[in-house]
Amino acid sequence: MVPITYNVRSVVQRPLSTALTALGVGLVVAVFIGMLALANGFRAALARTGSDTNALVLRKGADSELSSGLGRDVASMIAADPHVATGSDGRPLLSPEVYVLIPLAKAFDTTQIANVVVRGVSDQAWTVRHNVRITAGQRPASGRAEVCVGNRLTQRFPHTRVGETLRFAGRDWTVVCNFSAAGSAFESEIWGENEQFMPVFRGQVFQSISFRLKDPAAFEEAQRSLQADKRFTVDVHRESTFYAQQSQLLSNILSFLAIVITSIMAVGAVFGAINTMYAAVASRAPEIGVLLTLGFKPWTILVSFLAESAFIALIGGLLGCLFALPINGIVTGTTNWSSFSEVAFSFRITPLLLGVGIAFAVLMGVIGGFFPALRAARLQVVQALR
Amino acid sequence: MALVEIRDVYKSFQREEQRIDVFTGLTLDIDSGSFTALMGPSGSGKSTLLNLIAGLDKPTRGTVTVGGKVVSAMSAGQLAAWRASNVGFVFQSFNLLPVLTAYQNVELPLLLTRLSKKDRDERVKIALDVVGLGDRAHHYPRQLSGGQEQRTAIARAIVADPTVMLLDEPTGQLDARSSQEVLTLLQRLNNEFNKTIVIVTHDAHAAERAKTTLHLEKGDLIEKPRGAAAVGGMR
Amino acid sequence: MKFLRLVVANLLRHKLRTVLTIASVALALFLFASLRSVTTTLAATAQFGGARRLVTLNATGLVFPLPLSYVNRIKAMPGVTNVSWANWFGGKYGDGKSFFASFAVDPESYLAIYPEISLPAAERQAFAQDRTGALIGKRLITRFGWKVGQNVTLQGTIFPGDWTFTIRGVYTPTDPAIGDDVLIFQHDYFDERIGRAGIAGWYIVEIADASQAPAIAKSIDDMFRNSSAPTKTGTEREFQASFATMWGNVSFLMSTIGLAVVFAILLVTANAMMMSARERTGEVAVLKTVGFSDRLLFTLVLVEAGVLALTGAVIGLGGAKLLYPAINFNGAGFLPGFKVTTSTLIIGTLVAVGLMLASGLVPAIRAARLPVVQALRKVE
Repeated sequence: MVPITYNVRSVVQRPLSTALTALGVGLVVAVFIGMLALANGFRAALARTGSDTNALVLRKGADSELSSGLGRDVASMIAADPHVATGSDGRPLLSPEVYVLIPLAKAFDTTQIANVVVRGVSDQAWTVRHNVRITAGQRPASGRAEVCVGNRLTQRFPHTRVGETLRFAGRDWTVVCNFSAAGSAFESEIWGENEQFMPVFRGQVFQSISFRLKDPAAFEEAQRSLQADKRFTVDVHRESTFYAQQSQLLSNILSFLAIVITSIMAVGAVFGAINTMYAAVASRAPEIGVLLTLGFKPWTILVSFLAESAFIALIGGLLGCLFALPINGIVTGTTNWSSFSEVAFSFRITPLLLGVGIAFAVLMGVIGGFFPALRAARLQVVQALR
Repeated sequence: MALVEIRDVYKSFQREEQRIDVFTGLTLDIDSGSFTALMGPSGSGKSTLLNLIAGLDKPTRGTVTVGGKVVSAMSAGQLAAWRASNVGFVFQSFNLLPVLTAYQNVELPLLLTRLSKKDRDERVKIALDVVGLGDRAHHYPRQLSGGQEQRTAIARAIVADPTVMLLDEPTGQLDARSSQEVLTLLQRLNNEFNKTIVIVTHDAHAAERAKTTLHLEKGDLIEKPRGAAAVGGMR
Repeated sequence: MKFLRLVVANLLRHKLRTVLTIASVALALFLFASLRSVTTTLAATAQFGGARRLVTLNATGLVFPLPLSYVNRIKAMPGVTNVSWANWFGGKYGDGKSFFASFAVDPESYLAIYPEISLPAAERQAFAQDRTGALIGKRLITRFGWKVGQNVTLQGTIFPGDWTFTIRGVYTPTDPAIGDDVLIFQHDYFDERIGRAGIAGWYIVEIADASQAPAIAKSIDDMFRNSSAPTKTGTEREFQASFATMWGNVSFLMSTIGLAVVFAILLVTANAMMMSARERTGEVAVLKTVGFSDRLLFTLVLVEAGVLALTGAVIGLGGAKLLYPAINFNGAGFLPGFKVTTSTLIIGTLVAVGLMLASGLVPAIRAARLPVVQALRKVE
C-alpha cells in the first residue's frame, strides 16, 4: 500500500486548495444538518405533544382541533365511559377543552402578528397531560380570569410573564404561571380554565376532549366503542398519533426542501471535488510514475487517491458539523399550516444527524475522487514520467 | 555597430544565503547575420546570457543593447512588446501550447501585431513551409514527432521576422537525425534569409554548424572565436 | 477578438473540468434564483391588495365570525362604496391529500370588488343564478380534470357533511397573488346549510378614497367597539402581509441558505480555476517569452473565468426563469404567483461577475506577475 503519510503530506502541500475544497464540502454539510435539524426539531415538538396513553376525541370529520366542536352533553357522556381512567380522587381523568387562536403581536416586531393557541382546560388536564410542569407561579384558580403561559411564548410575546396582564377577547387576563411541556407544542400555548373561555369565545361548545386511557393497550377497543356510540358522532385518535400527523405537512415540506437543496449543493460540491482531484492527479503525474516504477500496484494508487479525497471531505464534514452545532437549541417559530397556529420549536441536532452529515461528506469525497483516482491508477509510466 | 552589444555586464543570483556571481564584467558583440554557438559546462552562464539578450532577465549592472535598443533599461511592458517583434526564442523542450494546433502555435506572435487575418495566414503558411511542415499545420503537438515539434517552435520563432533568434539547447531532446534536420534548417535560415542566430549548446556537432563558437566558463569567455565576425572581450 | 480562440482552446483543454465547473455555477445560481424567488414571491403577496380595499375581522381572532347584520351598517358609512363578505370553508376533496382553499362569498359584491377575478360574463351570470354553483381557479381544472357543469362534492371539516357544488365557471386571476387554485361558492347557500347562523368570516370594504383608509378603518372599529363582536379593520395589504409573516423566520432561513449555497459553490469553483491556472504556469512563461504582455495575460485569464461564470449564470438563471413557469409552480399553493423577478436575475448576474472576479483575479494576477526566468527553469 502507498503509505497514508504520502497523501497527508500532499494534502498539506497545497493548503489553500485543500482548505477551499474542505470548506465547500463543509458548507454543504452545514446546510444539510441545519435544514434537517429544523425539520427534526419541528417534528419532535409535535411528536412530544401527544401521549400514547391518552385519547383525543374530535367531532367526526374534523381534521384539526380548530375545526371540531363537541357539546357539553358529549363531554359528560364520555366522562362516564368505562375506558376513561380515574384519578386518585375517583374522578375521571378527562379534559374537555376549548381551543381557539388569537392574534398576538410579537415582542421584537409588533407589526408581526402570530396566531397563538388559547386552550381552555379542566383542572384534570394538568394530570392528563403528564409532561406539563409549572415552572413559575401557581395554577390558575377556578372561576377567575387567570391564565398560564407556555415557556416558549414568554420570550417571543410581550405581557406573558407571571404577574403581567395579557389582553385578549376583550378582557384582561392575569398571567399566574408559566409551564414547560418537554419541548412540545403545548409550550407555545396559553392555558386557562375552559369554563372561563367558553363564554368569551365560541359559546357552549368544546373543541376536543382528551382523556387518559384506563388501559393504553386497549386503545383500538375504546376507539371502536366510542365511534360506534349512536348518541354522538366523534372520531377518536390516539393523542400521540394525532399530533404527529399535525406535523406532517410542514415537516414534509421542510424535509423535501432540505433534500432538494442539499442534493443540488452536493452535486456542486462533488463537481468541485472531481476538479480538485483531477488537478491533483495531473500535477502529480510524475510522482505517480515514480510510484508505479517502484512497483506499486495500480489499485493501491487508486485506493491512495480515493483515501486522499475522502480525507479532504472528512475534514469538510467535521467543519460542517462545527458550523452547524451553534444553531442547536436556537428557538424559531413558524405557522403550522395544519392547525394554522404558531409553533415555536428549537433546531435539534442529534448525534445521529452529525453522523449522517459526516457520512454524507465522505460519500461526496469518494464519489468526487473516484474518476480522478481511476485516471491516476491507469497512468502509463512512460507518459507519467514525461 | 554590432547587432547585440553586451557591455561590462554583471549578473549575480541570491540563492539561499549564498551569492552566486555569474558574470563579472562580461563584454561581447554579436554581429548582424552571424550564427553564434555558445558552449560551456553547466552553470557557465550560457542560458543566462541568452535570457539577458531576450530581455527575459536583467543584468545586475552593465548594459545589453540589441539593434540599438538598450534592452536592459526597458520596463516589463516595453520588453513584452519589444520581444514580440524582435526576438524569436526556441526552447529545449519545444514548449508548444498543447491546446493549439501547429498552425495556431505559429500564429501566436502574430496575434500581438496589427496584421489582418489574411496577412497572418500568409505568414504562418510561409513559416511552416520554410521549416517543411506545410502539411502538418493542423496537427496538435502530441500528434507530431520531437523533430517536428521543434521545427514548429522554430517556425513560431521566425514568423514575426525577428531581429535575432535565440535557441536554448534546441537539439537537447532530439535524436541524431532530427538534430541534423534542425541544424540544417538553422544554417539555411542563416545563409538564405540572413537571420542572426545565437544557439546555446553543449553538443560539439551542433556548434560546428555555427560560424562562430564562444566558450563560456564560470561567466568568462575563455577562447578567441574561430571566426573574425565577433570579438569577445575579457577582463 | 483574435485572442478568444486562445481562451476557447484553454477551456476545451479539460472538457470535463469545464463542463463540471459551468454546471456547478449553474446549479448554484439556479438555487440562488429559486430561493430568492420564494422570498420575493412572499413579499409580493404581502404587497398585494387594492389601496381602496379594507378587510374587517373579528377583533378576537381570525377564527371568530362576525354577524352578517354588520353589512348594512358598514355600507351606510360615509366614504364606503361597496361591502362584500366571505367565509372560510375548510373542505376536503377526495382523500384530502390534494388540498385547495374554498370560500363562501356573496357573488355579486365579491366579483364587483375583485376585478382581478376575471371570467366570461356568461359564466359570471351562471354562477350568480345557481345557489349551489361554484367558481374555480384555472389551476384546479388541470389538477383534477374538472369541467364546467360538473358536480363536485367536498367534505366539510369545519361545517360537517357532504357539500355538492356545480362548477359554473373558471376564473383566471389577473393578479397572481389572488391564487388560481381556489373554489368559491354562494354564501347564501352556506348560510342556509349551517342553519341561518347569519355569520361572515370577514368583510371586504371598498372605499372611495384610498387616503381615507385609516380614518374609515377606525370609524368601523369604533362603531362596533361595544358590541358583542368588536372588529379589527385594516387595509387588505396589512391583512395579506400578516399571512406572509406567519412563515416567521422561514423566509430569513431561505436567504441564509441561498447565501451559503452561493458561497460554497464559489469556493469550489475558485479552487478549481486556481488549480487549472497553476498547471499552466509554464505556458504562461512561454507566452511571455513570445511577447505577450502582463496586461494581456491578466485579461486572458480573467476572460476565461468570466466565460465560465457567465455561461453558468445564463444556464442557471435562465433555467430558473424558464423552468418554473413551464411547470406552473406555485409551491403547493403556498406561493401563488411564484415568479423569478428581473431583480433576481440582475443580482444573480452580479453574483456571477463577483464569482468571476473572486475566482479569476488571483490566477490572473499570478499570471501577470509570473517571473519568466524562474518559471522557465521549472519548465526546462
